[in-house]
Amino acid sequence: MAAIEIEELIRAAIPDAEISIRDLKGDGDHYAARVASASFAGMSRVRQHQAVYAALGGRMGGELHALQVETAVPSGDHQ
Amino acid sequence: MSDASQRIDEIVKGNDIVLFMKGTVLFPQCGFSSRAVAILDHLGAKFETVDVLQDPEIRNGIKAYSDWPTIPQLYVHGEFVGGSDIMMEMFESGELQQLVGEKAE
Repeated sequence: MAAIEIEELIRAAIPDAEISIRDLKGDGDHYAARVASASFAGMSRVRQHQAVYAALGGRMGGELHALQVETAVPSGDHQ
Repeated sequence: MSDASQRIDEIVKGNDIVLFMKGTVLFPQCGFSSRAVAILDHLGAKFETVDVLQDPEIRNGIKAYSDWPTIPQLYVHGEFVGGSDIMMEMFESGELQQLVGEKAE
């Protein structure tokens, strides 16, 4: 799965997200994604990650084995 | 509640700290599970593990139980804490130490 596809899926579900994706091994199979969105404010980490997994629509754990996820609320916006 | 989720529920509620993982503490079968074990070891936590590779029912059931698509999964005092990424974030911020330290008697 290409990094751009991952980014598009996340952006479709979380339109305001700042997304950066790294291909950890350069093999198109091991990624790390950092997703920052104001919509995460007030959510637990589990809920934030669940929102990202939901955006990926069931691919996580299947088609996408190795995606490390890091979520954040954008800095400068603590609400 | 299905058989699998009932079994999982008993494991989760019957152990202070339990990690559902691929493989065992000595022989983790996946880098993410290995990382989760390393974090708990580093904190000196006493924890139980369940090797989901030995039990397809639990391997599938645990994902529905927590609405979480991947393994490993950490539970502390009956509550789902997260996977290895969340464990690492919480380890770095000191939260995991507090959680595990508080709960481990």
